[in-house]
Amino acid sequence: MAASPALALEPYRIVADAIPEALGGKIGDASRGAALVRDRERGNCLICHQGDDPSEPFQGSIGPSLKGVGARLEAGQIRLRLVDMSRLDPQTVMPPYFRIENMRDVAPAYRGQPALSAQEIEDVVSYLASLKTE
Amino acid sequence: MRVPALLLALLSVLAPASADEIASGSTFLSPELRRRQGDPNRNPAWFWVDQGKELFAEKPATGQACLGCHADPAASLRGAATHYPQVDRPSGKLLNLESRIEQCRVERQRQPAFGYESAELLSLTAYVASLSRGLPMSVRTDGPARPFYEAGQAFFERRQGQLNLSCKQCHDGLVGQKLRGDTISHGAGTGYPAYRLEWNTVGSLHRRLRACSLGVRATQFDYGSPEYLALELYLAGRAEGLPVETPAMRR
Ligand code: HEC
Ligand code: HEC
Repeated sequence: MAASPALALEPYRIVADAIPEALGGKIGDASRGAALVRDRERGNCLICHQGDDPSEPFQGSIGPSLKGVGARLEAGQIRLRLVDMSRLDPQTVMPPYFRIENMRDVAPAYRGQPALSAQEIEDVVSYLASLKTE
Repeated sequence: MRVPALLLALLSVLAPASADEIASGSTFLSPELRRRQGDPNRNPAWFWVDQGKELFAEKPATGQACLGCHADPAASLRGAATHYPQVDRPSGKLLNLESRIEQCRVERQRQPAFGYESAELLSLTAYVASLSRGLPMSVRTDGPARPFYEAGQAFFERRQGQLNLSCKQCHDGLVGQKLRGDTISHGAGTGYPAYRLEWNTVGSLHRRLRACSLGVRATQFDYGSPEYLALELYLAGRAEGLPVETPAMRR
């Protein structure tokens, strides 16, 4: 268990390989999460991952498929993987979506902000947790 | 000399990439785009090469035409592009092909610089590079080039941007994987200036580097900046032996 004092970001607590509590106590909205995963400006997850919708053109082949991810992982495990996967694997390619420290040469437009807000993380977590069928 | 160089080019396009060797960006194109690239009537980048050839022979208001100093360029400048970037002896600066052309323009022709990414500089660079088509890349990475090379390597290997990725993670670790509609190559850059469908025009290697920086939401350095020049030298050193493919087509 480790406390994480991310500067201006909502603090969170890691237990084993998960962040059990919702960031900032926010309640996620799965349909907003689904839109974020697809949105090329915000989440843009499908640049690297296969999503749940085979009709979406040009999906990535870099990360594991997100189909059925909610059956493989608990919400808290998904949350930690989104927030900062490097806590589990320092070499990971999966970007940290809720981290601002120890980042280098971040473009001015994004500097000092996490890639997704606490609310957006919760939206995506609640969408991914709902993907139960492989 | 010509036949083996062509053979080499052909082999490098056909041979699959292994972990310790690097393949050209063309290896990862769709068969259709590769055919288009190889057909001078369907590869629009040749238009820039032709423009460059004309500019090369054109006498400016002051000084001589490029052709005045570099007679018979198809022979005298054949292979020149394979040695860039290189350290300029008198100034100690690292110059790529674009910066060398600008240097000739300003110091020898006494004309105002064209400016990075201008149609003129892209055309001249594409023309001069095209004179080395099929010849293997061969830059110096030792001696005075060493510190530049090492700076480029450090840049290539460090994580950067809001997505916290290094060039190496994609262009070493993920080669052949799909990033949306793109297939990730080794990032050899041996076809530039290249015609990119996404740009709908010809662009420099530094324009491509700026796109990768933006992709990971990292600082975009200026065209011709020391950061991208050092990176260009590292990429060229990594691509040692790969044939020059300018003018290439890319997605
Ligand atoms: C640059 C590539 C990339 C992007 C962009 C990306 N991911 Fe990942 N993701 C990966 C990789 C690679 C892994 C495997 C991580 C590892 O094992 O270190 C991964 C792992 C995951 C996992 C764990 C899956 C499992 O089965 O273990 C989840 C969940 C996930 N990503 C969701 C997302 C979401 C949601 C987004 C967008 C907000 C996203 N990813 C964006 C590359 C990426
Ligand atoms: C998230 C993945 C990713 C990262 C990180 C990345 N690139 Fe790229 N890069 C690509 C993709 C995709 C392309 C287009 C397909 C290709 O040619 O590889 C590309 C193209 C290139 C090319 C053109 C290759 C050719 O022959 O046409 C070069 C050169 C290049 N990248 C260098 C770099 C450098 C240097 C960095 C770091 C500053 C970098 N890239 C970071 C994904 C990435």
